[in-house]
Amino acid sequence: MLFGKLSLQAIPFNQPIPMAASGIVVVVMIGVVSWIVFGGHLPYLWREWITSVDHKRIGVMYCLLALVMLLRGFADAIMMRSQQAVAFHSMGYLPPEHYNQIFSAHGTIMIFFGAMPFVIGLMNFAVPLQLGVRDVAFPTLNSVSFWLTATGALLVNISLLVGEFARTGWLPYPPLSEITYSPGVGVDYYLWAIQISGVGTLLTGVNFVTTILKVRAPGMGYLRMPMFCWTALAANLLIVAAFPVLTATLAMLTLDRYLGFHFFTNTAGGNMMMFMNLIWAWGHPEVYILVLPCFGIFSEVISTFSSKPLFGYRSMVVATLFICLVSFMVWLHHFFTMGAGGNVNAVFGIATSIIAVGTGVKIYNWLFTMYGGRVRFAVPMLWALGFLVTFTIGGMTGVLMAVPPADFLLHNSMFLVAHFHNVIIAGVLFGAFAGMEYWFPKAFGFRLDERWGKAAFWFAIVGFYVTFMPLYVVGLLGMTRRMQHYNVAAWYPWLIASAIGVVILAVGAVCQVVQLVVSIRNRTALDDVTGDPWDGRSLEWATPSPPPAFNFAVLPQVQDEEAYWTIKQTAREQARLRPEPEYRPIKMPRNSPTGFVCAFFATLMGFALIWHIWWLVAVGGVGAFATFVVFAWRDEEEYEIPAEEVARIDRANRSARREALVTYTGPRP
Amino acid sequence: MRFALFRNVVVLCLAALLSGCNFGVLSPAGPVGSADATIMLDSLAIMLAIVVPTIIAVLVFAWWFRESNMRARYMPDFVYSGRLELVVWSIPILVIMFLGGIIWVGSHELDPYRPLRSIIKPMDVQVVSLDWKWLFIYPHEGVASVNDLVVPAGTPIHFYLTSASVMNAFFVPRLGSMIYTMNGMVTQLHLEASHVGEFHGLSAHFSGDGFPGMQFTVHAVSPAAFGQWVRAAKSRGPTLDAQAYLALEQQSSDVPPMTFSAVMPHLFHQIATQALPPGTGPKNGEPTSDARPVAEK
Repeated sequence: MLFGKLSLQAIPFNQPIPMAASGIVVVVMIGVVSWIVFGGHLPYLWREWITSVDHKRIGVMYCLLALVMLLRGFADAIMMRSQQAVAFHSMGYLPPEHYNQIFSAHGTIMIFFGAMPFVIGLMNFAVPLQLGVRDVAFPTLNSVSFWLTATGALLVNISLLVGEFARTGWLPYPPLSEITYSPGVGVDYYLWAIQISGVGTLLTGVNFVTTILKVRAPGMGYLRMPMFCWTALAANLLIVAAFPVLTATLAMLTLDRYLGFHFFTNTAGGNMMMFMNLIWAWGHPEVYILVLPCFGIFSEVISTFSSKPLFGYRSMVVATLFICLVSFMVWLHHFFTMGAGGNVNAVFGIATSIIAVGTGVKIYNWLFTMYGGRVRFAVPMLWALGFLVTFTIGGMTGVLMAVPPADFLLHNSMFLVAHFHNVIIAGVLFGAFAGMEYWFPKAFGFRLDERWGKAAFWFAIVGFYVTFMPLYVVGLLGMTRRMQHYNVAAWYPWLIASAIGVVILAVGAVCQVVQLVVSIRNRTALDDVTGDPWDGRSLEWATPSPPPAFNFAVLPQVQDEEAYWTIKQTAREQARLRPEPEYRPIKMPRNSPTGFVCAFFATLMGFALIWHIWWLVAVGGVGAFATFVVFAWRDEEEYEIPAEEVARIDRANRSARREALVTYTGPRP
Repeated sequence: MRFALFRNVVVLCLAALLSGCNFGVLSPAGPVGSADATIMLDSLAIMLAIVVPTIIAVLVFAWWFRESNMRARYMPDFVYSGRLELVVWSIPILVIMFLGGIIWVGSHELDPYRPLRSIIKPMDVQVVSLDWKWLFIYPHEGVASVNDLVVPAGTPIHFYLTSASVMNAFFVPRLGSMIYTMNGMVTQLHLEASHVGEFHGLSAHFSGDGFPGMQFTVHAVSPAAFGQWVRAAKSRGPTLDAQAYLALEQQSSDVPPMTFSAVMPHLFHQIATQALPPGTGPKNGEPTSDARPVAEK
């Protein structure tokens, strides 16, 4: 009773791979925690990061979580590709019950805990700075969002050691995911991890929609917002509209599994087709939640490194909102093979291909942004160019599968696997890496090492093509996804080629990590003193690097689409900065442990729900609620930064800008 | 071990030579498969016509307007052009309109429920996906088979499909379109093998631990040989009654092909309406050792 379904049998002592992997993870975690505690870093970490409600700090923590989870998901990918490279007429080295957990965990981790936190982290860091404001609308809520996401990631990783993860794929289609066919705790781990982190994501959506609609610098009208803010708005509108659908769908599956309901079961009137419709009514917008902000990043990067404003800005805004809207009208293309009939399939096929109009317009606008520019091949720009070429191919194969007769051949095949990796890697991962390279100097005050960054890019792009082009071929040869072993000779060479590609990708991942280490060690040489290392055009580059807690000493007056570029050009023409403003004390939100404590209780509750430890569920639920009550009754919510401190920080920034003004050469005319 | 490695290398070389010419969806062996593949290749060609120039333009623009190129003109004010906007919007719209026509016509022409045009009367086959094997019932011939589908070449086959437990998809890559099988429901599919041959079939929707063992072979044979096969099947093998079906329904994988000499009346109907209960899933929460797929051969 005390431990519910939990017993020592839950730990897979007889399986060497998860035991070794989780052993390493546990040792590393113990090492890190003891270094923090015994090294005396805990107070600093608690004060400056864990309880921080500063959007920049939260953004950095999101990105860090994403990087760690990307490595974790990539480890799964290596196992999958190597298993399929050896599992011809053989069982390979991963038994099906393990292999099936790996591909389920790979998809879940990459989407929910790799891509989502990375994109949300970059939005957190950059959007308030670009809008010219001091923080998001609800700073403490922002911290709660982050820690709930971290809870979800933690639960998924606990499943490695305690119990098992879902063996149903990253979307647990019933009836396979029902208690009859999946009696283990794997699907429960999935459900509660996604439900808890989903609450965090929904709160992020609310927070950012409010921020972008209501909290902008004076003069920053909608049509003066940087493209990244527009795409962030579109993505967060999608979050607000789509995530409740996910929550409701998974709640229904949870009721089926826990309380014997029959929403999606085979018997008693359940209908699995309803689950597929509902999950994809969230799932397809989710794709655009991920990729739209990355389109924004590419817009910023291509414009900055071409030394030109974005071509066709208004057209881009229209295209973004067009994609945002149409993304809700295409979900059925995920199951053309259900037999819905010619009319239904045709309508959804056409709706799907119509989305490509919005994306096509964007591609051409980026193309003409480079036209007549002065293109600098810095690392962010390389990622952007890699994206333009690769994403175009991925988009094409996507539209190809929107043609129902073609989908009847390619549905669920390795061709599909190749397609969505083609768009997600080129669109989201390249976008996130471009954003990381681009905003890193702003966040930390020093640039990332250029040589290792370029190496990472070239290995990633070559590795991508070597890994996924063979998967397109093997899909055309009739191979379906998620096969733990196979006996078809024609597939074998292509899967070996794909495994070689993964090795190249792994070298790229190593380069990416080495880049971080090398850059931190050489940080003095890579120092960004000006706060504007790329000759940027939007307001984040007006702040010092790293920006102070309050971002802007005085909120900037925005005069046109390229707020900072105009200020900079005026200063250059007049050969002097604007007169020093009158400094006033600034009120900033206090740090709060609400998010962390709340997530602590949510973790307890999630774990207890998975293992049916009901008393602990009550403890977690009451604790999380009590944390909110305590927060709601707080007395002081802000602290004041004195005017002298503001003046000191801003004067240092102004003197750096003045020096930069003298040495500035600018793009050659 | 060493022999296995050597064999794999030989197979690998052969496969590299052969793949693409007699395997997969690009070498269709029936009217549905070739119509699907034609539409796929046509759509691909239409899109390549704009995708290739776009990719070339990206590379050329980026390279020509590189910072160090002294001959490239810097036009920082080139941020809007009405005429270009028109082109930028109309190229994708025109392509998608063209493609939209193909989608509309193709979806209706190749709807899996639509009977094939043929002078030969279609043959009915009932398909049941079980955990983890395929049951094929020949209602008019009165026989059934597991993991082996024998059909007369040149005859349209009208499939009725359902599932005994979880979702699967019935897919024979060289014959064309796939379709889901779902418990409590019947889907339909029309396919035809235009010549004699053996074709690889599989489940194209993940269905649990034994999923990779859900492979089957389609034997398209001459009408005379089909008659012979039916007679042979009738003469031996067990009867598929309710009891035999419930035993077959238990989880197992990589099941060798077998035939049943007789089938109880309305078996397919009883499965589809759940008069015979759906599969019970794994016992005791864990896959039994015999439910685990084993390496073949």
